[in-house]
Amino acid sequence: MPDANSLYGPLDPAPDAGWTDARARMGFFTDTSVCIGCKACEVACKEWNDVPGSGLDLLGMSYDNTGALTANSWRHVAFVEQPRPAGHRTPPFAGLPTAATVSAASAAVAAGTADDTGTDPGLPPGDPVAAARMAAGPEFLGMPGAQPPGRATGPAERTDFRWLMMSDVCKHCTHAACLDVCPTGSLFRTEFGTVVVQEDICNGCGYCISACPYGVIDQRRGDGRAWKCTLCYDRLGAGQTPACAQACPTESIQYGPLDELRERAAERVATLHERGVPEAQLYGHDPADGVGGDGAFFLLLDSPEVYGLPPDPVVTTRDLPAMWKRAGLAALAMAAAAVAAFVGGSS
Amino acid sequence: MGLRTFIQGWPVYRQLTGTDPLGRGTAAQSARSATLTARTETADSVARSVCPYCAVGCGQRVFVTDGRVTQIEGDPDSPISRGRLCPKGSASKSLVTSPLRQTTVRYRRPYATEWEDLDLETAVDMIADRILAAREETWEDVDDAGRPLNRTLGISSLGGATLDNEENYLIKKLFTAMGALQIENQARI
Amino acid sequence: MAEAHPVGFQWVMEARKRGAKVFHVDPRFTRTSAVVDSYLPIRAGTDIALLGGVVRYILENELDFREYVLAYTNAATIVSEQFVDTEDLDGLFSGYNSETGSYDQTSWQYEGQERNSGGDDTGKERDTAAGLEHESHGASVRGRTRRDETLQHPRCVYQILRRHFSRYTPEMVERVCGIPQERFLELARAWTENSGRERTGALVYSVGWTQHSVGVQYIRTGAIIQTLLGNMGRPGGGILALRGHASIQGSTDIPTLFNLLPGYLPMPHHADHETFDDWVRSIRHPGQKGFWGHSRAFAASLLKAYWGDAATPDNDFGYGYLPRMTGDHGTYQQVLNMIDGKVKGYFLLGQNPAVGSAHGKAQRLGMANLDWLVVRDLFLIESATFWKNSPEVDTGEIVPQECRTEVFFLPAASHVEKEGTFTQTQRLLQWREKAVDPPGDARSELWFFYHLGRKLREKLAGSPHRRDRALLDLAWDYPTHGDLAEPSAEAVLREINGYDTASGRPLSAFTEARDDGSTAIGCWIYTGVYADGVNQAARRKSRHEQDWVAAEWGWAWPANRRTLYNRASADPQGRPWSERKRYVWWDPEKAEWTGYDVPDFERTKPPTYRPPEDASGPDGIAGDDPFVMQSDGKAWLYAPSGVLDGPLPTHYEPAESPMRNPMYGQQANPARKVYEHPVNLMNPSPPEAHSDVFPYVFTVSRLTEHHTAGGMSRTVRPLAELQPEMFVEVSPELAAEAGLAHLGWAHLVTGRSVIEAKVLVTDRLTPLRVDGRIIHQLWLPYHFGTEGLVTGDSANDLFGITLDPNVLIQESKVGTCHVRPGRRPTGPALLDLVADYRRRAGMSLDRRTPVATTDAAGGGTDERSPEASPVEKRGEDA
Repeated sequence: MPDANSLYGPLDPAPDAGWTDARARMGFFTDTSVCIGCKACEVACKEWNDVPGSGLDLLGMSYDNTGALTANSWRHVAFVEQPRPAGHRTPPFAGLPTAATVSAASAAVAAGTADDTGTDPGLPPGDPVAAARMAAGPEFLGMPGAQPPGRATGPAERTDFRWLMMSDVCKHCTHAACLDVCPTGSLFRTEFGTVVVQEDICNGCGYCISACPYGVIDQRRGDGRAWKCTLCYDRLGAGQTPACAQACPTESIQYGPLDELRERAAERVATLHERGVPEAQLYGHDPADGVGGDGAFFLLLDSPEVYGLPPDPVVTTRDLPAMWKRAGLAALAMAAAAVAAFVGGSS
Repeated sequence: MGLRTFIQGWPVYRQLTGTDPLGRGTAAQSARSATLTARTETADSVARSVCPYCAVGCGQRVFVTDGRVTQIEGDPDSPISRGRLCPKGSASKSLVTSPLRQTTVRYRRPYATEWEDLDLETAVDMIADRILAAREETWEDVDDAGRPLNRTLGISSLGGATLDNEENYLIKKLFTAMGALQIENQARI
Repeated sequence: MAEAHPVGFQWVMEARKRGAKVFHVDPRFTRTSAVVDSYLPIRAGTDIALLGGVVRYILENELDFREYVLAYTNAATIVSEQFVDTEDLDGLFSGYNSETGSYDQTSWQYEGQERNSGGDDTGKERDTAAGLEHESHGASVRGRTRRDETLQHPRCVYQILRRHFSRYTPEMVERVCGIPQERFLELARAWTENSGRERTGALVYSVGWTQHSVGVQYIRTGAIIQTLLGNMGRPGGGILALRGHASIQGSTDIPTLFNLLPGYLPMPHHADHETFDDWVRSIRHPGQKGFWGHSRAFAASLLKAYWGDAATPDNDFGYGYLPRMTGDHGTYQQVLNMIDGKVKGYFLLGQNPAVGSAHGKAQRLGMANLDWLVVRDLFLIESATFWKNSPEVDTGEIVPQECRTEVFFLPAASHVEKEGTFTQTQRLLQWREKAVDPPGDARSELWFFYHLGRKLREKLAGSPHRRDRALLDLAWDYPTHGDLAEPSAEAVLREINGYDTASGRPLSAFTEARDDGSTAIGCWIYTGVYADGVNQAARRKSRHEQDWVAAEWGWAWPANRRTLYNRASADPQGRPWSERKRYVWWDPEKAEWTGYDVPDFERTKPPTYRPPEDASGPDGIAGDDPFVMQSDGKAWLYAPSGVLDGPLPTHYEPAESPMRNPMYGQQANPARKVYEHPVNLMNPSPPEAHSDVFPYVFTVSRLTEHHTAGGMSRTVRPLAELQPEMFVEVSPELAAEAGLAHLGWAHLVTGRSVIEAKVLVTDRLTPLRVDGRIIHQLWLPYHFGTEGLVTGDSANDLFGITLDPNVLIQESKVGTCHVRPGRRPTGPALLDLVADYRRRAGMSLDRRTPVATTDAAGGGTDERSPEASPVEKRGEDA
């Protein structure tokens, strides 16, 4: 029977979805502190899943020419250049004849330059301010390009610099709104607790797209169906590692039982904190968060917004029970009113 | 498929009668999803190979079904790469199956503006004739002092470094025997 | 390393997890820089100054691993009193000949050996890239050397080193490289702290290091540091070259190089090697110690493998068939000869020089002036289509209707469509199984060359010409199989391994080689790869089923040894330096060397062995001399011969530099290989006038997402889309100065060419303060060309041709340019623009590139000119 937390709160989703023989919940832990931005994950994913090309576009957003997770890119490596200290490391440009940083300005120029990816909504329309914030970090307050010389925020000389990289992917939420709203049963919860679009069922209605709190799921034009990471459902069934995690040269993408990954992640954060990287933080690991925790969670080196991630995602169907309850009450009231009217009418 | 099976296969039936009343898991699983398996599991053969890009030498497994390469991925047994591949290595299947690959001989006549077709056997024969002609024309038997030279400087070669050792061995052996000295490869670059 | 060798980089990440500190030095902040402990930006082309600074730091603070240095290196050896250092000759060593631009090495020798070894005129060795022969063994030294174990003798190597590097102070490092002193000292401290019995440090370079006019000396400087710190031959130490192509190591071991035969045997020279005995003597150096003493057997066995039954002791095994070198026949000389109409036919085998070689225009003009060209590749690369689609077709320099080159494009088999071995960057041979047949007309090189040879021999059958005997007598009967008649790669590997000619038994070790014709060996350093008739390179024992050395995965040359000179992992008495650095050691019980790896030493030669006075060959190596392929068994801090541009590394400016050399009067490597040719004009550098026309430094390298000239990545969609356009990275400061906008266009101009690229303005690039001025550097990927899914101008078009003198590799990692906003002109206007720059820079056709720096060459702006020109001083010394 459905759990009391079927739609919100901590839950082991596979048994809740009727898998009496559910396997351990499997997921990804992506440790961005060891990501080298090689994009092997993007390619390995495309090779295994026969994902079509996503456009030949120089985006100018650092080395990111993929832009976002779309129906044609199920892994996406974000690159963030920032004039900020990189943990315990020595400032790379200390003592050099540098002037002010350009990271924010370049990111702002780059935002929104993408051509059509052939998917919907594809690359989200670029927001220069958001892009600039991403580049400069949360303290950034405005458009650097519009600043008169000498009045830019931050010091006139850049000494610190860091280059953050993160391989983003579908989060395989505990409470997956895409799945909850899917009217055809195309999206389903697997025995591994992952969320998969079934290409033989999807009719391209697109409800899932607006439901996803992360903006992950996307529709392939021409084909019409929604596509996203399946956590290589076919490989999992054969006891194999998903293609991206198998390829990852530095074990930035780790695959395994979610419980183990959460333990490992907690240890890694502790280690980084000990080594003087206080900004190391987990994202999506908490079963008590707005989506009941993610099946694919991350270790980040800055706040989620910097990587283009929503800081506090909430399953869009959170209020369904309440709404149903209210709708139910309303229906009851209506019925009562009707009965009353009838009774009243007859009296 | 009998009617009963058909009805039992109907998701709503499964939803109402099974363990998944909300229809989000077992009840929604399609027949295709239920029988899905990794194509590497059903491959006809697996070749143990090595990545053709840089010189790290990552192990690859090449999966073949019906005479076609269906997947190339890292070899987890390799002590060098431990099953991992970079984006280039990961793209190996697309490399060897690229629609841009040229699979027929192309021939450009002197002063021509376009390619023509040419039979492979004929091409090799024409190349052999041109080698012999170039040798004849440019052969140097001895130097000014009568010391042997045994060579032609009329033929050059530049090889890539993605050729096999066995191939390089035959290339050097044959060119040396024909007196072609100007044989180079990427290692000079 | 993360950028170009990501999977290899996993081991660096492992080391970091275990607490290793990682430094990254690079002109641009890369994906490697992003995850290391410390990143040092550097002015391209100044690595010797930086590393020399580390050498000085070690010596001045006596931080060398003294026990190792005394026992295992030539630090104590006394050098000839004729030797004069660059310190005293303003950047030249003694023996320089300004006529030939090369050195007489006599004065560099160890004391008492001045007449024994070394080249009198190294110009010939330069032309024949003789330095490459030393890949498997050091240069020659005879007999005993005089040593001062106290290291106090003023002419001992240790003291010479101290004096030579004394001016490489932290201040000088900052002044030359642009690296602030504090950052330099951080590096020097960390490096030296990881030295000694308990600790080691590793030096990793990518082979862009070789693409400099002083490339070999870069690596020499690294070797000096690693030797002084006792990091060679030990686990966690070493110098690791990250080579860039799947079997680039193999194509040097079994070379398709003009100056080498398999196993680093030299191609004979017409004057020096007239007879077999001359040739062998020059390799073996009679009386020399070390394993190279067996070279007569290696040489005879190679010829036996080539000419089979026709090779007998009576005819010197067919030595007379070998073609002879008369000078420089390298790829760049060939290309200039093509332009001059001297070459008839050209084979390109999986190589794309139109994009990948320096001076793309020269490459393409050369190809357009052949009788015929054969291109074998997977794709229609730029080198196959230059006659219809190239920058020169746009400018009208190549007109298809007037271009006579006949082009054959033959499709090649991919790596999964044939079997054979690659030799990866650490000398490991790995056999690949064939997965599928090649499509259509695609064939392996093995197929093409075997059948081409068969056809040539058929056509020549009965030929009366002497010149055809070498082909007709060739041992050329390899078994073939399948519908395509593919030759057996295993049969070829067996021949490479070598066999007993009487029984056909495959040999197990190169020590079985004989000089009487009883053995045939295709490449002696590979002997053992087919030991016991088993393809050892095909071994695939899982890493989970063996120790970390993984000796049963593939096969490494020589003798399946994974770490060279590993005798040095034990102390002179044969005990491990420390328990945690245990690797190979002497077992006194069994009286043999043992350990995790195959010991790089005679198995039963005890640490106490001392050679008799007149011993030569392996017997001349003492029990505590680990460097067994060196003729004195020692690691060379100072190279009395074998390196043509000096016994010690010296900082010279790149051939094209906006800077006057801050260290010496001599501007650039005085022994570099220069080609004076109308197509090859070099941008002026100080003290020449007009260097300000090209004020910026540019450097090129790889992106993770692409491979070399792009033939295997711009054609592959999932890679092409990841880096879809040619771009140039500039710092915000340069962008402001040159008026460049992010994602706008820019074009770069040199004396050869102009190319355009999209601009990325990024904090990852930085200006440097060098010798009191600001130097801006630009970075470009060199992967782009006119064919494929994604196209763009080729960065290598910007370079001219100047070579390192030891190995004849081009300087294509640094040059000077100008940069302007906007797109480049097209058509003839493009040529006008380049011509205008040349005119302003004084690059007339009659100008000679100054090699030895003299005031006469100067534009009068240099204030540090020495009181007397070094060339004249050389005259006094020579």
